[in-house]
Amino acid sequence: MSNLWPRVEPLLARVEKPARYIGMERGSLRPEHRPSSTSWLLVYPDTYEIGLPNQGLQILYEILNERDDALAERGYAPWLDMTAEMRAAGVPLFSVDTHHAAADFDVFAFGLAAELVYTNVLECLDLAGVPVRSEDRRPEHPLVVVGGHCAFNPEPMADFVDAFVIGDGEEVVGEITEVVGAWKRSGRTAREGVLRELATIPGVYVPSMYDVEYDGAFIAEVRPRFPDVPERVDKRTVADLGEWPYPKRQLVPLIEVVHDRLNVEVFRGCTRGCRFCQAGMITRPVRERPADQVRTMVQDGLRRTGYDEVALTSLSTADFSGIDGLVAGLVNEQQGCGNVGLSLPSLRVDAFTVGIASEIQKVRRTGLTFAPEGGTWRIRQVINKLITDDDLYAAVEGAYSQGWQRVKLYFLMGVPTEMDEDTLGVAHLAREVVKIGRKYTKKASATASVGGFVPKAHTPFQWFGQNSVQELQRKVHLLRDDLKKSGATLRWHDPAATYAEGIASRGDRRIGRVIERVWRAGGTFQEWSEHFVLDRWLDAMAAEGLDPDWYVTRHRADDEILPWDHIAAGLHRDFLWDDWKEALAAHGLPDCRWTPCYDCGVCTDYALEHVVASAVPPAGGSQGTGQGLAFGREASISVPVELTTR
Amino acid sequence: MRGDSGFPVRVRFAKRGKVRFISARDVARALERAFRIEQLPLAFTEGFSPRPKVSFGLALSVGHESDAEYLDVELTDPVDTDVLAEHLTPVLPEGMPVTGAVRLVERAAALQESITEVQYRVEAADGLGRPIPGAVLETAASNALAADELLVTRTRKGKESVDDLRPAIRNIEVAHDGEVPVLELTLLTQSRGARIREVLDALDSFALVNGERVGLTEHRALRTSQWIERGGARLEPLEADAFAPVLETSAS
Repeated sequence: MSNLWPRVEPLLARVEKPARYIGMERGSLRPEHRPSSTSWLLVYPDTYEIGLPNQGLQILYEILNERDDALAERGYAPWLDMTAEMRAAGVPLFSVDTHHAAADFDVFAFGLAAELVYTNVLECLDLAGVPVRSEDRRPEHPLVVVGGHCAFNPEPMADFVDAFVIGDGEEVVGEITEVVGAWKRSGRTAREGVLRELATIPGVYVPSMYDVEYDGAFIAEVRPRFPDVPERVDKRTVADLGEWPYPKRQLVPLIEVVHDRLNVEVFRGCTRGCRFCQAGMITRPVRERPADQVRTMVQDGLRRTGYDEVALTSLSTADFSGIDGLVAGLVNEQQGCGNVGLSLPSLRVDAFTVGIASEIQKVRRTGLTFAPEGGTWRIRQVINKLITDDDLYAAVEGAYSQGWQRVKLYFLMGVPTEMDEDTLGVAHLAREVVKIGRKYTKKASATASVGGFVPKAHTPFQWFGQNSVQELQRKVHLLRDDLKKSGATLRWHDPAATYAEGIASRGDRRIGRVIERVWRAGGTFQEWSEHFVLDRWLDAMAAEGLDPDWYVTRHRADDEILPWDHIAAGLHRDFLWDDWKEALAAHGLPDCRWTPCYDCGVCTDYALEHVVASAVPPAGGSQGTGQGLAFGREASISVPVELTTR
Repeated sequence: MRGDSGFPVRVRFAKRGKVRFISARDVARALERAFRIEQLPLAFTEGFSPRPKVSFGLALSVGHESDAEYLDVELTDPVDTDVLAEHLTPVLPEGMPVTGAVRLVERAAALQESITEVQYRVEAADGLGRPIPGAVLETAASNALAADELLVTRTRKGKESVDDLRPAIRNIEVAHDGEVPVLELTLLTQSRGARIREVLDALDSFALVNGERVGLTEHRALRTSQWIERGGARLEPLEADAFAPVLETSAS
């Protein structure tokens, strides 16, 4: 195979941030390509700075390179200037580790964390010289594989992807390697054989092995084409995170990237049960990493990388059993070895959490971020983010009184049953927060960031009709007017981009043609606001004869076959539907880690258990733990969502 | 920047190959992490955002290579400067070996202010990327050096200004020891300074083939040395402010 570096190098003098394309990170490898090894190119289809820190990709990079029968390299989407240079010079997409052509790899794998990067996948395939549609690929082309949270609704990308991995990838990449290796040894005959073989691996979904039949606009049936292809593909779950202490050699980039620090995943999965949160729903159950292993990974990681900051990552790190002890221990151990900072992303909203934060941040107390997500207690019960106003005020009081000056609050906009008093509740909370802050410092400021809600597959809100662009815009204006001269700043996400995300998020196979049209019209890097144009999406929908509102703003009925119903995250459909009804009644649901099981289906069906060191809820973390919260049945009021049948 | 009780050190390193595409800021971060990995006792500034006490010489443009980059760093405790290279080189990016280190005298002048002269080896090409005949380069060099002034236009903060480049050019030679003839530029840094691009533009007006300008472009540039002129002597920065006799390690 050829090394493209001599052809890449001359282009780098003409592009911004040329170091995006050189590799050479500490921890990176230059694996030798041998015919006996299955070669993987792991691509994060966004810029290098966003893609490099991706932990999923780094974990698989190590696991595959530890195998005798596999090797893995990395790739990222070249920025627009580099793409233009590459196309002009006829240089195909390459790996950053050894600058091999992407098309030379056996497996061309993408990690997808957000729908708006879908068009970048097509751009990467095309730039590699690989046909974008799987039906056009021949045996010599790589197998195109997709993993990550977006794989839980694979259908919009079904035309372009040979196989999806549903769930945790640690184990399944080995199984795929073996199947692909055998195919290579047998002389790489027709693709259909290897695809059918891949379809029998648990957790692997091969869309071309399924026929979809429609009844008008609706799906009538999704049927496997062969008897050995499963009707339903269940997600893979790593039962014990302690067996997978990866990444062991976290990459240290040469240029600045997002999350530019040591990242140690302290647990996977979350059972807080926030109804809007796909990540929480599809990664159940909670699997904590043993505290001793966390300590070791932090110490080894800092020593190996030279980083001066470490983040303990998870979906809600303050919920880690004994988090206070762990943090105190880490802070003490780091003292004297050169100002190492510890950060906890995804903080819970309460005073206990602020206590931990102040333990960590002895200096540099500038900003703290909380995500109450909803403006009123009622709406927070609807979305099951069970934070009371008092929880928030106590957290904020703690923050300002201990020296923080800026508080940032995240909110969702356009969740089910939301009324204007809920929207204005955001402004009310922001004003109260500023008021609390001003007691302590004149410099106190608060920012409310609102993002339009996009319903996701495998959540109780998968049946909900998203707010229209106009409705979200109206709510933004409502808030903006209400917050004038309040001392609080409002930031919002473009409702047009939220709408496009809605098309891709709950789309079916017919959306593939739409994605292809958007890409052909030049719509790459769609999550970058300067490159996003909603009309490209609307034009593509019109050209395909599809009604975008049918996909985005329509409430789904109980008996409708959803495009992802043949993909299983372990959550019973009955559980999700009941939880949806509970949401509409503004009933909260406690966290099953510390309260009796309500049988969502994951543990029972997959013979899994929570792996938590402590059976009692964290001190002060009252929300959703069954500790003296009145679940507001009395709060039930008439709301503007109706359950309909088709 | 240097405190009274610290142990100031000057380090020389190279920047060759792919790593030439990282910025001066990235170089600083890589060095800082290398010191941490090797648990060398960096001194930090006081205040809310403690930063290691480091300072660099003249910034090198992204894409240019160098055999003569320098870093001043303050440590809290003495280290054996003879083995610093052995410690740091393996944990620095490939192409960035440390090639020498000395303990500095107390309160040595900052590198930025001390450096008076830099030398570059520049591989030039014509507008189509082809090498330029040595004779053409030699004529251009001698004509440029003979000129009273070399005017260039520079845009700074939206304003155009015409500057004379000539005082910043000490010498231009053409070396023929490689496959293609290369320009050796010796540039003075304390006044306005001159960028390689500007020097090539100035040379281009004298680089004629059949009466036409060849369109001199920079193909590859290597900073070969930096100098400190002090009391009539031209000193290598490691020698200039060394606390003890210099002990160099070989480049790896």
